[in-house]
Amino acid sequence: MTKQLTPEEIVKSFKDEFKTKIKDTRIEKHIAGTKKNELIHIWMNVDRSVFKNVVKHLMTLEEYPHLAVTSGYDMGKTIKLVYHFSIYFGVRYREISLNITVELPKPNPTIETITDLIPGALITEQEKQEMLGIKVKGIPKDKRVFISDDFPKGIYPWRRDEAGPEKMIRNLHEVKK
Amino acid sequence: MNPEATTKTTYRLPIGPIHPALKEPVAFEFEIDGERIVDVDVSLGHIHRSIEWAGMRRNPIQNLYLAERICGICSYCHPMAFALAVERAAGIEVPERADYLRVIQAELERICSHLLWAGVAAHEIGFDSVLFLTWQIREKALDLTEYLTGNRVTKAITMIGGVRRDITKDMHPMIHETMNYFKDNFEKLRHVYLDDKTFKMRSQGVGILTKEDALKLCACGPTTRASGIKKDVRLDQPYFAFGDLDFDYVTPDVLTGEVNGDVYDRIIVRLLEVKQSIELIEQCLDQMPKGDIVSEPKIAKLLATLKKAKGEGIGRMEAPRGEVFHYVKLDGNEYPYCWKVRAPTYSNILPWMPMLRGEQIADIPIVAASTDPCMSCTNRVAIVDTDKKYELNKEELHRLSVEKTRRLMK
Repeated sequence: MTKQLTPEEIVKSFKDEFKTKIKDTRIEKHIAGTKKNELIHIWMNVDRSVFKNVVKHLMTLEEYPHLAVTSGYDMGKTIKLVYHFSIYFGVRYREISLNITVELPKPNPTIETITDLIPGALITEQEKQEMLGIKVKGIPKDKRVFISDDFPKGIYPWRRDEAGPEKMIRNLHEVKK
Repeated sequence: MNPEATTKTTYRLPIGPIHPALKEPVAFEFEIDGERIVDVDVSLGHIHRSIEWAGMRRNPIQNLYLAERICGICSYCHPMAFALAVERAAGIEVPERADYLRVIQAELERICSHLLWAGVAAHEIGFDSVLFLTWQIREKALDLTEYLTGNRVTKAITMIGGVRRDITKDMHPMIHETMNYFKDNFEKLRHVYLDDKTFKMRSQGVGILTKEDALKLCACGPTTRASGIKKDVRLDQPYFAFGDLDFDYVTPDVLTGEVNGDVYDRIIVRLLEVKQSIELIEQCLDQMPKGDIVSEPKIAKLLATLKKAKGEGIGRMEAPRGEVFHYVKLDGNEYPYCWKVRAPTYSNILPWMPMLRGEQIADIPIVAASTDPCMSCTNRVAIVDTDKKYELNKEELHRLSVEKTRRLMK
């Protein structure tokens, strides 16, 4: 097992490797309990062009980083994805959460798959495709998971623009008996 | 897979959208060669209720009660993980006493859930008397939940910045009495589940998940720990008061000295965790500091603060089934801008595939149940031959499983 880095060293290693492609890094420390244990959450914004290399770099810190899930939301002109990783589990108090945000422009919302590196990312990548209308390049199983097959194409539930589900919504008080 | 078998015709066996083990909907499509499973595909979403979407149109306090309804068994973990995420996004501090109260509720839920699971597992392989025995013991945990929160299932105990009800000194005897009842019965359960010959025959060497697969597929909770991986958010990144308490990772080698990653190991992990939870509750009662139970008791004031808050936060909790993960983004409006919920089963779907490959049809219920999946079930299984079509309902599948147990017992 490779040496465990401190949160500051982790951020530095990413910055050294990817220079200006890594932005807005911050280390959050939360405390819990009477002993005031620290929980460490690292956040960073990553340029889309280096995203896959960032994940590869992460895998040099920990052989099998745990990907909890990818969150995503519509920012108007862009779509943001947040990959929630955790590394260094297995030793008490040592785990560090790493949240990597990637911004995708709406006209071309594509991102590379990471399932070849972390096979467990499959479901969450499929979910982002159907919920946000992004395109994951190289995804091994390009089909819907949560939304049924008869749901109209081109409507993405988490979008806040015209591709959103707003026109499909019927309020109960508007429905004629 | 031996090369000889691949030349034979395989059959497609769709199971679902029922859950073959629990009463919840998920669809499997198996490729079957005789009695052996060659390949598995899973399709989800049969009970998608758009809770995240609804949550982005409700304020954080309303969301607590919505989150509570994501799962009937983890009705404490979801709102609590949501509260953790909101607290971190808005910078709300939680009083120390509340941290301890939160641990007690979380561990009580773990006892309820693991005992429920153990009963279901016994039922799946045809030991209904064991199911009733286990659930009789679980009933005490539900009674205690009702005593502490006022409700048996949906507990409504969570509040952003703390909890809603205190545990006072006069409530301690009842808690101690229930914990002693569990301890008295623990040996009985351990003997039934871990020493019984038939239980061992049905669970040992079945549904194996290797350590490497578990890591690669991002499995979580007792499913990973049974494969020998030390991964438990309570210890890795201690939230609440877990950092103050004395306990350690539960892996099957604690008891047997070896890790196989099979169904038997998952039973061991869950049973030992019940014991661990009892100890944690007792430690909390001894060490609990005095003080407030919630940082801001006035809900209107709390909502006003949250309305102004900007930021993002994650809430991670070790639920009975594994890590519950919530992400919340607040943007200074009434409703959260983004809310993502990741229940532990989400991560434990892909590990089903290596577990089920190579097993028999009669093993499907127990292997699928062994990750303690949480979705929701209808009532039909169809075995499809190219021109013939048989339908197997849930009872039929259960009967196959029971028959296999009876065969082994002879």
